[in-house]
Amino acid sequence: MQQSDTTDWKVIGDSYYAAISANSEHGEQIDEMLSRDQQINPHWSSFMRALNTLGLAEMESRHQEVQRLLRENGVTYVVHGEQHGHRPWELDPIPLIISTTDWEAISAGLTQRAELLNLILTDLYGERRLIKNGLIPPELVYSHGGFLRACARLIPSGFPFLLSYAVDLARGPDGRMWVLSDRTQAPAGASYALENRTALARALPNFFGEVGVHRLSSFFRSLQNSLFELPLQYQSESGTGTTQRQTHNPHIVVLTPGPLNETYFEHAYIANYLGYTLVQGDDLTVWDGRVWLKSIDGLRPVDIILRRVDDIFCDPLELRQDSRLGVAGLLEAIRHRNVIVVNPPGSGVLENPGLMPFLPNIARHLMGEDLRLPSVATWWCGEPKQRDYVLANLKTLVIKPIYRHPGSRSLFGPELSDAELETLRAQIIAEPNRYVGQEYIHCSTTPSLIEGRLEPRRAILRTFLFAEKEGYAVMPGGLTRCESETEELTVSIQNGGVSKDTWILAPEPEPHISLWQQRTGRMQTAEASAGLSSRAAENLFWVGRYAERAEGHARLLRIILDKVKMDKMGLETSHLGQVAPAISITETLGEDTREVSELLYLRSMLRSLTGLTSSHPGFADKGEQSLESELLSIMLDTANSGSLVSTLQALVSAAYAVRDRWSTDTWRVMNRIEDLCNTLEKSVPEDGDIAGAGSPSPYTDLVLQEAELASLDQLMIFLSALSGLNAENMTQTIGWISLDMGRRIERSLLLIVLCRSSLVAVQDAWIEDLLLESVLAAAESLITYRRRYRSELDFPTALELLLLDEESPRSLLYQLKRLEEHIRVLPREKHRYRLSEEEQLILEALTQLQLSNTIELAAHSDRTTQRTGLEKLLVRLAQILIDISDVLTQTYFSHIQRPQQL
Amino acid sequence: MSYYKIIHKTEYSYMHPVNLCYNEARLTPRTFAYQHCNNSEFVVEPEPWKYREREDFFGNTVYYFTIQQPHNQLTVTVTSRVAVENRQQKLGFGEYLAWETVRQQLHADSDAETLEIRQYVLNSPMVPKIPELHAYAEKSFTEGRPLLKAVEDLSTRLYNDFTYDPGFTTIATPLTDVLKHRRGVCQDFAHLGIGCLRALGLPARYVSGYIETDPPPDQEPLTGADASHAWFSVYLPQFGWVDFDPTNNQMPTDRHITVAWGRDYADVTPLKGVVFGSGTHELSVSVDCKRENF
Repeated sequence: MQQSDTTDWKVIGDSYYAAISANSEHGEQIDEMLSRDQQINPHWSSFMRALNTLGLAEMESRHQEVQRLLRENGVTYVVHGEQHGHRPWELDPIPLIISTTDWEAISAGLTQRAELLNLILTDLYGERRLIKNGLIPPELVYSHGGFLRACARLIPSGFPFLLSYAVDLARGPDGRMWVLSDRTQAPAGASYALENRTALARALPNFFGEVGVHRLSSFFRSLQNSLFELPLQYQSESGTGTTQRQTHNPHIVVLTPGPLNETYFEHAYIANYLGYTLVQGDDLTVWDGRVWLKSIDGLRPVDIILRRVDDIFCDPLELRQDSRLGVAGLLEAIRHRNVIVVNPPGSGVLENPGLMPFLPNIARHLMGEDLRLPSVATWWCGEPKQRDYVLANLKTLVIKPIYRHPGSRSLFGPELSDAELETLRAQIIAEPNRYVGQEYIHCSTTPSLIEGRLEPRRAILRTFLFAEKEGYAVMPGGLTRCESETEELTVSIQNGGVSKDTWILAPEPEPHISLWQQRTGRMQTAEASAGLSSRAAENLFWVGRYAERAEGHARLLRIILDKVKMDKMGLETSHLGQVAPAISITETLGEDTREVSELLYLRSMLRSLTGLTSSHPGFADKGEQSLESELLSIMLDTANSGSLVSTLQALVSAAYAVRDRWSTDTWRVMNRIEDLCNTLEKSVPEDGDIAGAGSPSPYTDLVLQEAELASLDQLMIFLSALSGLNAENMTQTIGWISLDMGRRIERSLLLIVLCRSSLVAVQDAWIEDLLLESVLAAAESLITYRRRYRSELDFPTALELLLLDEESPRSLLYQLKRLEEHIRVLPREKHRYRLSEEEQLILEALTQLQLSNTIELAAHSDRTTQRTGLEKLLVRLAQILIDISDVLTQTYFSHIQRPQQL
Repeated sequence: MSYYKIIHKTEYSYMHPVNLCYNEARLTPRTFAYQHCNNSEFVVEPEPWKYREREDFFGNTVYYFTIQQPHNQLTVTVTSRVAVENRQQKLGFGEYLAWETVRQQLHADSDAETLEIRQYVLNSPMVPKIPELHAYAEKSFTEGRPLLKAVEDLSTRLYNDFTYDPGFTTIATPLTDVLKHRRGVCQDFAHLGIGCLRALGLPARYVSGYIETDPPPDQEPLTGADASHAWFSVYLPQFGWVDFDPTNNQMPTDRHITVAWGRDYADVTPLKGVVFGSGTHELSVSVDCKRENF
């Protein structure tokens, strides 16, 4: 077909042809798109034609679009050891394309391999005939850290052990796909594949129409169905379980090590996508031999655990004792057939490249078949002959440990110095069982978009399988990873590789498959609180508190920065000039008086700020010189736990811990907040000395403040967006209630602090007016006040609006009422006559507040310097709110107790 | 044949109540060629929600239980009745096999048992590879020496070179420290013996058990009799496992009662658990192992 092709392939530059031709001459890697005679392979032609029409410049802009989408969807990964920051995921818009027939052969090979590995796994934890009959050398298994003796006979024979399986593939110079490695414990990458597809489908919609690509959703749908059927299958194959299990609606959770794990995004994503609950080890407990989720309304049984926690961390009783990621008693619960773990602990024994040379023999022995897909040539050093080969060819081989653990890595012979080779040789001789040598595969190259041009880059493909009743289902696609530099020998996410979508050509267009269509007749009726872990509820509560706190801080900071800025410019600082000249409520004062009073006013505001940010001693006892540095510290200093930046960091990390709960839009807003937070953090001078060693010129200061004011304005918009999305877009179930309780408590506390620091002290009437005005502004109630009263500031009236106005969504009474509504519907056992502790507390708060009289609160005798009634009320209310927060934490959130080893 | 009644009592006292605990006990004496456990009874206080017995990888009996009620104290009392044969008399022709021959056979033979035995040559969690052990072992393993003679010599040297000092080590003390300070308890000496044998490519395993508390009138009391004891075992082809007790410088006869075996202590920990609660705990263990007339 393409022989007669007269298309001008302008998207393929001369350099591409040259590179392929050079590779071809060396007899090394082949290219996925171009044949050895430089023709476009048939299965690439539709795509390349579409690309040729689109042009590379447009493709590059689509690429930017893809990166933006991924970034906004929060697709990230964490580099091990990096505490902060989730790296954005890189996706090259040019997919790896595989033809229908090619994929059929690959799939058949993968299915066979999965079946074989399942048989091996079952044997190794059962009879161990493969060892006893000499098909696997004992040392290969017994010196592998993944062989867990506690897991012997964990799974009844006949039941699939290897449920989920991932494999890394690369195409060799002979055009065949070779297996590079097997992933059998908790394979990562499926969600990234899905997210890549989603992003690309949005950026290149017409390409999919023109090319005809297998959809990925069918794989996830069959995975869901298989999981759904698992408990039934389990029971029928193993007789009856010891405990009655609801088999009709299995409760499925995704067990993650937590937000610091490198692929946490994926755990949250898959949980969200499949509709399962995302949990950490602490969220689960074994009770009566079953696994339960500690949810906000008590324990809920768990039937299936999709785990992303490595084998050895699964159970601190029987496996690694110092593990905080697993569940004590899990193995025993599995033995009782009360829970199914995918994959069961112990399956990591197959992640052993040393098994590869033995697989062909085992396949013949167990299945009477030859392996359809070859493994990359591997020599296990535990066998003397193979070891001799490896030692003689160290320079050209890849040397891998048979068991991966932190710190272990593959070594590439060609990259090693003579001294390094000698060290390696000595290590292999000392512990030969622990090493393999592998042939370095010249993986095929595939076109990638590099700086607006197509370049051939080596790629490897990870694809996924899942055990179904009738055999294994293969994901029609996968996660392709590319080297980022042409010279680099490794292809990995960790080292900064780029990912690609993988297109398996479909013979005919596929219908869209919705994940919703599957449970005909067995619809889940979920309760409102179903599956909300106490930990998730607590994080939502804190998202509410931090978001509100950040908003309060930002608003007050803006008022003060504004004020400082005006001062600097020698302008009239009062509010009035800028907002509404008609409503002038301050008297005109003499110049001297003004200065003194300004100082008093500023002091008072700063006291509020200190109180709000809990950054005592803050401004107290400090001269005016340090004022700005303290202001900057309160805003930007990460070492100051009360600073705005710290609050934002806490907000982002609490939100991240419940990553699966947010809509895409909410997550976009959260990303913006995180970005802004990073920018603010970076604006701190390099030497970390916020105050600056010398005294900076007023001019620079001024500029700095402009920038700060601008980012505060931006921040306010993001936080408002967040609060709007929370209010309007979240289902008002227990999760939302937790979040909103956090908001109400925090908003109440902020208001109380503001009033206490600014309004309790008795001051000159006009200063009090200034303060009242600022408090109203900070409490976002100034406009309401103006509109409603249109008169001068009256202390009791203002107080009424701030504290007791039930209609104002910013008033204290309003917050307490909402809080009371939330508390009323919290799940609890009903005691007929007695209110729960939190119900009593909120009742007391509401009563105290509603019984108060603003005229009395505002009043003060001539001799006192304080409004003692107001102070007393506010102190009591603050205490009650703090108590409520504590009681909520104890009753609903902290079902978590740390385990100890005996 | 000697008959014993063993009462093994373990008591944990917690500073603050513990609400939940998960435990695994390997406290049931094994039954094998030279020993028969007639009866083994567990009493756990407070009463566990459920207990279950199973066999672990090594064939030891594991008693699993959980306690789901708040408690300040956990007591596990195991009462066992065991008949033990004097096994030393049974050592036969294999006795004169040179240690190099044993090592060579181990890699030449491909019968199922030998292939399984080879796992005991490998490092294990508590007995890592330590170069000094090889040097220490070599002195006993001279060229052509019969395996059992060499191991006996090794066991005697451990007995002479190391001081029994219950206060010096804990289960967490690494073997290198024991080696450096030359002190430890039965468990350390067993690990040392195992490490030496494995360094030479010989299969060795760890045995946990008891020894008679009150000696017969004509015999010396044994060291380590007031708690559970430990020793090691070496594999002799065509014969099986042969035990050595370096703490008492002898080959166990009928005064050693075997509870469990594995690669090292970690495989046979008598009682381990995960508790949920705050605060510290105190542990007391007592073993009463008395000969009974039958």
